[in-house]
Amino acid sequence: MKLLVAVKRVIDFNVKPRVKMDGSGVDLANVKMSMNPFDEIAVEEAIRLKEKGVATEIVAVSIGPAKAQETLRTALAMGADRAILVQTDEEVEPLAVAKILAKIAEEEQPQMIILGKQAIDDDNNATGQMLAALLGWPQGTFASKVEASGDAVTVTREVDGGLETVKLKLPAVVTTDLRLNEPRYASLPNIMKAKSKPLAIKSPGDCGVDVARRLETLKVVEPAKRQAGIKVGSVDELVERLHGLGIAK
Amino acid sequence: MSVLVLIEHDGKSIKDATLATVTAASKLGEVHALVAGNNVGGVGDAAAKISGVAKVLVADAPHLDHDLAETVAPVAAKLMDGHDAFVAPATTFGKNIAPRVAALIDVMQISDILSVEGPDTFTRPIYAGNAIATVKSNDAKKVITVRTTGFDKAPPAGGCASIEQVDAGSSDGKSEFVSMEASESERPELTSAKVIVSGGRAFGSSDQFHSLLDPLADKLGAAVGASRAAVDAGYAPNDYQVGQTGKIVAPQVYIAIGISGAIQHLAGMKDSKTIVAINKDEEAPIFQVADIGLVGDLFKIVPELTEKL
Repeated sequence: MKLLVAVKRVIDFNVKPRVKMDGSGVDLANVKMSMNPFDEIAVEEAIRLKEKGVATEIVAVSIGPAKAQETLRTALAMGADRAILVQTDEEVEPLAVAKILAKIAEEEQPQMIILGKQAIDDDNNATGQMLAALLGWPQGTFASKVEASGDAVTVTREVDGGLETVKLKLPAVVTTDLRLNEPRYASLPNIMKAKSKPLAIKSPGDCGVDVARRLETLKVVEPAKRQAGIKVGSVDELVERLHGLGIAK
Repeated sequence: MSVLVLIEHDGKSIKDATLATVTAASKLGEVHALVAGNNVGGVGDAAAKISGVAKVLVADAPHLDHDLAETVAPVAAKLMDGHDAFVAPATTFGKNIAPRVAALIDVMQISDILSVEGPDTFTRPIYAGNAIATVKSNDAKKVITVRTTGFDKAPPAGGCASIEQVDAGSSDGKSEFVSMEASESERPELTSAKVIVSGGRAFGSSDQFHSLLDPLADKLGAAVGASRAAVDAGYAPNDYQVGQTGKIVAPQVYIAIGISGAIQHLAGMKDSKTIVAINKDEEAPIFQVADIGLVGDLFKIVPELTEKL
């Protein structure tokens, strides 16, 4: 079966984001950018399904600026077979991303689309669910285990209060949670090989999708800071304080 | 303006997260509560009593058991013909269903709102809570998930809403519930606990994590949480995780033990009323947000604290 994985270029998760002085957003100039960590997990899961013989081809897709080619090359170096960049300098919202991915899914006819559950920049946690809705496919969100067999996939989901398992008829959308797997590092030979793997470039217009924003960002500010309080010197003092808070008898 | 609120329940009772969601929704307009499930008449009755709910819409059918997004979302989407906004808690339940509703009615969702600034303007955290964005929605209808720690809970009693049965739709049979492995605990639920004791990687092992924290939690009637490092190390199950990628909590007292205070973790607990930190490293970032700090060895402090409380 063919798999589609969606990857987004975002601020590296180790970088502390700085809010711009003018409140217009987060400063991304000269900041290290990487593949969204949840998407790395999606790529890894696709590769594992291929290694198990379940999948035959992995197509990585990204929607973003020209530099998102680097992100796609990373996916190719990890083990994806080919890549598609839908190039735009606009910030594309999850609904429009889902529409573009749905269009690509119509062309590519994958049996499964794997995406990160959320991007660590806008933290929306929406694209996978929206894509499933647009395609009329079932969805397995926040996956910590994915087992494909025959015409179905069994997904164990990380939900409040435990782990839920659902069985979905293929084709289906799966979104990844942190504990699904540990993504591999691309080896140097594979990074070299990835340079010659096919990478097609399209535009949102080619997909017939209007990417005009529905949400307007009026301002972006730093969260209110908490002030550091006092330090106590002993357990007895701490006990006294806790009594003062009325939480211990 | 009428607002459809998706009620989170377990088939018997309404989850606390819903009550804060009702408060957020009532800032937008008249609240209609949607109860979807199987044999949920009792839940519908309970929803009618929530203060601030004007009408309860019950969709009751076997295929609506287990909250599958594939069956619940179309029911909600259809009801949106007569509503201006759809609001769900930003729990795994709401996050699973709401975007599916949004796409079905061609609306861009506003995720995880912290406040309602106006009929179409909201604040929400981005970049793991490192920035707060004020966003304005230009969609005619709104689909919103609510960070429930940002709003007071609506009183679960005092209301007397009318109850109406609505079309429960059908199932296309593409998805089915297989099983639920619930984390067993007699302690309060993390997201609604008044007191939380939370442990980090410094505990060193699952045995030490539980043998030290559990008695303290029992003494305080507290829920037990964990940092992502502790969960990744296997000391605690994944649904203990407090942080941007885990649960967002805001108890009256949060006691962080052996937790350094990574941004990821702080994003999940910094709205707690009082933060207590116990850590052997006095430079640990957790002390920058703690109201009360104690520097020292948790293996000595925790047993002593448990005994003296």
